[in-house]
Amino acid sequence: MKVRAQIAMVLNLDKCIGCHTCSITCKNVWTNREGVEYAWFNNVETKPGIGYPKDWENQERWKGGWVRKKNGKIIPRQGAKWRILSKLFANPHLPEIDDFYEPYTFEYEWLQSAPEIQAQPTARPKSLITGELLNKIEWSGNWEDMLGGEFEKRSHDYNFEGVQKEIYGQFEKTFMMYLPRLCEHCLNPACLASCPSGAIYKRAEDGIVLIDQEKCRGWRMCVSGCPYKKIYYNWASGKSEKCIFCYPRIETGQPTVCSETCVGRIRYLGVVLYDADRIEEAASVEDPKDLYPAQLGVFLDPNDVTVQEAARAEGIPDTWLEAATRSPVYKMAMEWKIAFPLHPEYRTLPMVWYVPPLSPIQSAAEAGKISAQDGMPDVRSLRIPLRYLANLLTAGDEEPIAMALERMLAMRSYMRAKSVEGRIDESIPARVGLDRATIEEMYKIMALAAYEDRYVIPTARRELEEDAFVLRGSSGFGFRENTLGTTKTNLFGGGPKKAPRDPRMELPT
Amino acid sequence: MTDFINQLAFGWYPYLAVTVLVLGSVLRFDANQYSWRSQSSQFLRRKQMVIGSNLFHMGIIILFFGHLVGLLTPINVFDTLGIGHGFKQTAALVVGGIAGLASFVGCSLLLHRRLFDPRIRRSSSVGDILVLVLIWIQLVLGIATTYWTLQHLDGSEMVRFMSWANGILTLDPAAPGEIRDVALVYKLHIVLGLTLFVVTPFTRLVHIWSAPVWFLLRPGYQIVRSRRSDKPNYSLTRGPAGGAPSYGGPAVLRQQAESGEAGA
Repeated sequence: MKVRAQIAMVLNLDKCIGCHTCSITCKNVWTNREGVEYAWFNNVETKPGIGYPKDWENQERWKGGWVRKKNGKIIPRQGAKWRILSKLFANPHLPEIDDFYEPYTFEYEWLQSAPEIQAQPTARPKSLITGELLNKIEWSGNWEDMLGGEFEKRSHDYNFEGVQKEIYGQFEKTFMMYLPRLCEHCLNPACLASCPSGAIYKRAEDGIVLIDQEKCRGWRMCVSGCPYKKIYYNWASGKSEKCIFCYPRIETGQPTVCSETCVGRIRYLGVVLYDADRIEEAASVEDPKDLYPAQLGVFLDPNDVTVQEAARAEGIPDTWLEAATRSPVYKMAMEWKIAFPLHPEYRTLPMVWYVPPLSPIQSAAEAGKISAQDGMPDVRSLRIPLRYLANLLTAGDEEPIAMALERMLAMRSYMRAKSVEGRIDESIPARVGLDRATIEEMYKIMALAAYEDRYVIPTARRELEEDAFVLRGSSGFGFRENTLGTTKTNLFGGGPKKAPRDPRMELPT
Repeated sequence: MTDFINQLAFGWYPYLAVTVLVLGSVLRFDANQYSWRSQSSQFLRRKQMVIGSNLFHMGIIILFFGHLVGLLTPINVFDTLGIGHGFKQTAALVVGGIAGLASFVGCSLLLHRRLFDPRIRRSSSVGDILVLVLIWIQLVLGIATTYWTLQHLDGSEMVRFMSWANGILTLDPAAPGEIRDVALVYKLHIVLGLTLFVVTPFTRLVHIWSAPVWFLLRPGYQIVRSRRSDKPNYSLTRGPAGGAPSYGGPAVLRQQAESGEAGA
């Protein structure tokens, strides 16, 4: 057992109002630069729809994620290492910027500077790549917002697999949900595996997957390697960039920008302990439907004393172990089983999980289309949204999704009975395999969702991980480079890249 | 005067070019790795890229190694192996001709899109356009030499170039004299080739150094970096748990702490 910790995220889609605040705040902090104008480390899609970039879930086309070979080993869908290298000169599976959208601005200055003319001056769109005027904006980061566009196009949504989707073209039968997406900070990242330079890495301390911008050479294999299309090629710098899980904030115990600013309070951050030795085995199970339970098997119980001991041996600080026992993410994913990984069939073991939305079921129930008990609609009678959600979250296995939805409905009817009718109905939680205490805790964390319940983030304990004594004086009057505490300079006057071999030599006597 | 120019171009310029190439690349890598990348434009425009780039790169790699081996291998090696000059010349002509043509077609496609596709043009630096133009001219010159080479299929001209390259490598002052009388097109080809060496450290061409062949040797697929030292308790200030600061033992190297690298 090799215990590692990760700050994981859960998004409660049931509460997402599709306001895009997460996307906008993220953009303003991280991607308002030349080269990544088109990039949204966090974006919100309206589903059903083909999403951003277009058709990202179609791995036959983009070759993202992993495939299991006949001998039981997994390799990136792009191919083994030599296959990836053979695509270096021109990657046939690389999306083009038009698959995202051509970034644009508007000629606002014309509105002020236009002379007296017959027609009203208009601010025409202008490409941010070429600077030329665009006749028409064809696509954007949230083009299908609120089911925009005709159903025919949106119906290419991959999650309609096994669904008679034509029915959902009709207005009165349609359903919709929002899907905020960011980098999944996977346990078995396919972007990382595809990087020929070895520039992408996962941090052992908090599981954040980062791209070393110094080491990236722009071979762009990660872009097609990531099945979520959450790696963005910066066309100006020639390097790939991705969501950094706001690690400077996470390290200081603050939630990510997208979480902090979430109006609907749908996001949860918490520590999850996992067994790094079990990752490969879990990602290699034969049936894609087993990938969700297999990933659950990788997570470790933070209340288990043997796990705690093993974690301490790996150097995980006690504050992290304590935070792990209070982790809302662990509770939702492992204890209540109401959160699910996005597309587990990609075999990347993603670490941003989703609570499925009730809205498609709820609206059908209110229209009297499905039977209900104690105000709890019978989820299973509404097969199609269920199938859709299962395609999205459990590789098509409907049972766990149905159970999760029932538990959420049970929470509602239990609390309605309690606060409206003033009675405690223990039979409601019992019906979905929960007890009264659990359902009240679910209510506290999911419905009330206080700040300190949503974000249980221990600070990084750098003082335990690095030798602060050795690092003293390492940031001084250097402008671009660290001084590393010495007065030696390289040819350009900055500090040397290589540290002295034996720091003991510098100790004051 | 002719002698002086000959000495300048083929006696001294090669050393200058190689020095700039090596030293410039090392210094740039040391100073600013963020600028070290291939700067592919495929993401902005896929059209013409898949065929163009593949043809160009595969051709140019064959040409590069062909020139490297063909010019720098001492002539006795071929003689010992029993490879005749005429045969070597013909082989070089055929392989180089095919690779050169492939490369030329690819380069022309790439140059066309770089100059005439507004997206690529606007996001190109002067260096991006310059290297492509230089390489294109170099390919034209290289293909043009075949006309003259066909008149020396016995390999006599080729032997001169080999002696020159070997002479440069072994610091022989007589080296430039070896190719004093060859056709102008060869001379231009050599000078432009050396010029490509000179511009490499200042352009995107540095990505040649980074050809990621090491990827094949990487154990497994995943990479995990840790700030923690692999070796427990080896620290300047932290001895074994509970003990006083020891100031001894193999310390956590500052470098290790900086880069935080550990095995997967």
